[in-house]
Amino acid sequence: MLIGVEETIQWLKNYNDKLSEQKDYLSQLDRAIGDGDHGINMARGFQQVADSLDDDFDDVSTVLKKTATTVMSKVGGASGPLYGTAFLKMSMACKGKEVDAGVFAEMVEAALGGIKQRGKSEEGEKTMVDVWSPVLDMLREGEFDAERLKKTAEDAMQNTEDMTATKGRASYFKERSQGNLDPGAVSSYYLFAELADVIGKGA
Amino acid sequence: MVNIVLVSHSPKLVEGLEELLKQVVGQVSIVTAGGDEDGSIGTHFDKIQAAVEEAASGDDGALVFYDLGSAKMNAEMAIEVAESESVRLVSYPIVEGSYLAAVESSIGNSLDDILASLEKEFG
Repeated sequence: MLIGVEETIQWLKNYNDKLSEQKDYLSQLDRAIGDGDHGINMARGFQQVADSLDDDFDDVSTVLKKTATTVMSKVGGASGPLYGTAFLKMSMACKGKEVDAGVFAEMVEAALGGIKQRGKSEEGEKTMVDVWSPVLDMLREGEFDAERLKKTAEDAMQNTEDMTATKGRASYFKERSQGNLDPGAVSSYYLFAELADVIGKGA
Repeated sequence: MVNIVLVSHSPKLVEGLEELLKQVVGQVSIVTAGGDEDGSIGTHFDKIQAAVEEAASGDDGALVFYDLGSAKMNAEMAIEVAESESVRLVSYPIVEGSYLAAVESSIGNSLDDILASLEKEFG
């Protein structure tokens, strides 16, 4: 087993702490090429997520489903539907299963499919897809390695700096969007980094 | 009559647009979802969902107009959740498109008629 209910809740609570800590940085990134609300929206929404996870949960799928519905209605902006869809797809992909490395790869695959469909986006468009997609490629390679997960997500996030945005509000800036990290890619990196830390510490 | 839903990041934008539409087609039902939870600039799923549900309760269907990207994503989700075949999200100019739709709705045109007119004018 890779993660159980307890680790999943810890992961999401740590992610909330990280978002709250990096709220201004994320909004600053978003102000450069978007509407400047990414940090505030994510921090506000995931605080509600963290507050909703003190109940008892039967399995990882239920935790993720609860997270999905809270994110959809509390985050707002484009991040609400995108992260909400990602968590909902992850929840569906692990329903009735123990989350091992193989199941986790299936969850990320389902989430990535959902994000692409909801945002009508593909790789290379300077969005969160550019973190989720390389992470999925890495997970498919087999044995799970927390440090590699973190490094893969970090490198992928860095790679969005030189990309030109063709989706979302940043796309109106065309070439001017180059030289800035994509805020959704950064918040996605935090998500995988926090998971890697929870798993790394548990091992 | 076909109901009209206006989704925008700005409460003032939809308020102004509703006023504009009401002036010519008073009896058409226009439902707005502008801004985020506390009325600042943004979009908010619960608000949009409530507007879509309200418009979906009519007999003749509804058309949903939006301003920018995340308004579209939230409206898509709201329509999926409402599970109504007769609520359609359309990607036409929000001001001119909703104006045309409101006029056609007021003279009793069907959802399909209005969709065809919108496509002819702005497609």
